Amino acid sequence: MTRAPRHWRALVLVIALFSLLLPVRAEAHLPTIGLGPVYDGIFHLFLSPEDLIPVIALALLAGQRGAGTSRRVLWVLPAVWFAGGVLGLFAPTVRGSALTCVSFLVLGGLIAANARISAPLMTALTTILGLFHGYLNGSGINRFNDGVYVLLGLAFAVFVVVTIFASFVVPLRRQWALIVVRVAGSWIAASGLLMLGWALR
Amino acid sequence: MNRSKEAVARLATVCITLLLCAQAAQAHVNKGEAAGFLSGLKHPISGLDHVVAMIAVGLWGAQLGAPAIWVLPVAFPMVMACGGMLGLLGVPLPGIEIGIAASAILLGAAVMMELRPPIALAAVLVGFFAIFHGYAHGSELPAGQSGLLYSIGFVMATGCLHGVGISIGLVHRWSWGRRALRMAGAAIALAGLFFMWKVFA
Repeated sequence: MTRAPRHWRALVLVIALFSLLLPVRAEAHLPTIGLGPVYDGIFHLFLSPEDLIPVIALALLAGQRGAGTSRRVLWVLPAVWFAGGVLGLFAPTVRGSALTCVSFLVLGGLIAANARISAPLMTALTTILGLFHGYLNGSGINRFNDGVYVLLGLAFAVFVVVTIFASFVVPLRRQWALIVVRVAGSWIAASGLLMLGWALR
Repeated sequence: MNRSKEAVARLATVCITLLLCAQAAQAHVNKGEAAGFLSGLKHPISGLDHVVAMIAVGLWGAQLGAPAIWVLPVAFPMVMACGGMLGLLGVPLPGIEIGIAASAILLGAAVMMELRPPIALAAVLVGFFAIFHGYAHGSELPAGQSGLLYSIGFVMATGCLHGVGISIGLVHRWSWGRRALRMAGAAIALAGLFFMWKVFA
């Protein structure tokens, strides 16, 4: 079976992105979908834009920096997300909505600027992001006995999202395609700024 | 031919799959519910003043060519979000409607006259007006909806309006296209004069 042309794959990705942003019912804590805690964790990421978009942003940033950086982020982010979640399981529930906008601002700004980040800095950024969001997730599910399995599902979903988005950006060579990625970064940063406004209001 | 058929088949499969992802029907939005993305998406295109100014930014960017064609769409959302944040924080900014009408007049005139200022000056001019648009529209969240999803929808819709302007502006490569763009600029400037008249009427 031959591969579809790149512009068709880009179109399919855009449609998939829009579908991810469709409004869904808000849940005070992790939604239970009836398929077990691992699937609850997987679905939580896809239903939580405050977690999903920073993961996408980090994947885009890693993709901009090339295959090597993307591979490192691919393994480090799910691991530290899980570790942060385990720490959060033993902590009281934290409301971090005001702080998550920092992830949007920093990552979006770096993507928009096409920042030349060194590998150690990228690893540090990945570690901070994963620990922070994982901790928030873990603290939100600490009342459940199956919290570790939920975190495993979350880490798996993070792995999949990073794989998809980083592998989409890494092979891009055309100028307009690289600019589209930077525009996406500016949208993420702009959303973060507005989130900050909502949080400080 | 076979490849394009195959690509269309893949796209159709994705679209049909998306149609099967049924969302819960809601007569209205409940308080605290994570709706807001569609409200944000619709908001910028519901006001003609915002639409014509955003399209003018895209048209002007296309006329100016690289790097303005990508600097303006990358910079605009972030500056607009700064304006939105000022609105959310309640920082007083006088003459909002005048600024929005002036943006249509001046950006339309720039397209009409095919002005070619230095890129920094163009970015400052567009950024200045972005603050007014962000201030006026970025903080108009319908009650009970998610600020994050609204912000994402608002930023994306504005970015897509730039994309529409840039796409139309690609006719600039032909002589008839250049004339058509100048006429479009004149129409936008006239619309701006109408908005200004409404402000003082």
